[in-house]
Amino acid sequence: MSQARFNPGDAVRVRQAFPPGHVRTPYFVRGRSGQVQQHVGSFANPEELAYGRDGQPGQPLYRVSFRQTDLWQDYDGPASDTLVVDIYDHWLEPQS
Amino acid sequence: MSHDHHDHTHHTPHPYQPDIEDKPFTERMVMTQAVAELLVEKGIASADELRQQIELMDSREPALGARLVARTWLDPEYKARVLADVNAAAAEIGIDTGDIPIQAIENTDAVHNVVVCTLCSCYPRMLIGLPPDWYKSRAYRSRTVREPRRVLEEFGTKIPDSMEVRVHDSTADLRYIVLPVRPAGTDDWDEDKLASLVTRDSMIGVCPAKSPEDL
Amino acid sequence: MTLRRHHDMGGLDAGPVEAREHDYAMWEKRVDAIVKVLSTPDRKLLSTDELRRGIEELGPGVYDELNYYERWISSATNILLEKGVITVDELGAKMSEIEARWTADRAALDKDTRQ
Repeated sequence: MSQARFNPGDAVRVRQAFPPGHVRTPYFVRGRSGQVQQHVGSFANPEELAYGRDGQPGQPLYRVSFRQTDLWQDYDGPASDTLVVDIYDHWLEPQS
Repeated sequence: MSHDHHDHTHHTPHPYQPDIEDKPFTERMVMTQAVAELLVEKGIASADELRQQIELMDSREPALGARLVARTWLDPEYKARVLADVNAAAAEIGIDTGDIPIQAIENTDAVHNVVVCTLCSCYPRMLIGLPPDWYKSRAYRSRTVREPRRVLEEFGTKIPDSMEVRVHDSTADLRYIVLPVRPAGTDDWDEDKLASLVTRDSMIGVCPAKSPEDL
Repeated sequence: MTLRRHHDMGGLDAGPVEAREHDYAMWEKRVDAIVKVLSTPDRKLLSTDELRRGIEELGPGVYDELNYYERWISSATNILLEKGVITVDELGAKMSEIEARWTADRAALDKDTRQ
């Protein structure tokens, strides 16, 4: 399996990429910055499984939290509200 | 905390296709039957196996999750095991949740959690059964991530601004179940009675658990 | 330039959440069972990921016209055809046979769709 590049607490940014094909990183977090909450383990890559391949090596998967006020310009709620998305390692970059 | 306890599960389920009298079958129903019969004819699947799979999903229902939640309210050590590994903790009480990992998310006095799958409709089926139509709807999948408080209000749930609303988009291999807060006025209740307060909607996170007054 | 695929709908505007529910019809449960059985480790004829990808490839119009399990069976069938698990010809013949059966005989429809 691939090495986990991030730890809980790390500031990360989701890659700003928009490929067609089977992607499990939602559009609304592409290019956005968040914080790793948890490394939940390694899993076969769904982008490969979707085409009948074995998805190996397994990809580290993280729970990444985002501030809602960072995601939506018109967010109608307190600044403490967050959103957590499960994102694979290869979709994340360190937040510089 | 001011939560409206209106519960959408009180209304009676109604048929999905109101024109069933005019159109007794659709192309996809025919396709389904065709694929099933071909798979059986080719020896790829047996009719028994298909039937057993249907029965397996029929056996999964919110009451199973409700029992697990009620036990976490009574037993802090069980709760810790649930938070560590729902699948193992469910197996302890005789519920086989299969291979897909389920994670529990605990509601507290500070945080209210709600679960959605924006990309398709992932749901902890092996614990609480098949999801309701609204969970799979465009409206729920689109809006819950962006305006969760408004969506919650449509379910009669008002979370004060002093609490955090935390939305979970289950985009990958994990499924999520919310552990609702134990309602007040239940101090000497047993597991069965507590389980009767835990609704499917409270384990998705659009409502709190029912109160004693709601029963 | 950005590309939002049709199924990737988080954050888009939509109307109120209608708290609709329905008891699953037998054909819907059958779709669910077909998919699960095809994905067992000893078969690996269809994975959840392939099913999802197939649904995403149905295209915006079809995606919105079909309901949840109609999308499932459409995707699963397309993938089975791609893999040659079933052929177009035998599927066509079987679908014609079933349609004829169900049209001629209401009892046959009831038997197939309610058991």
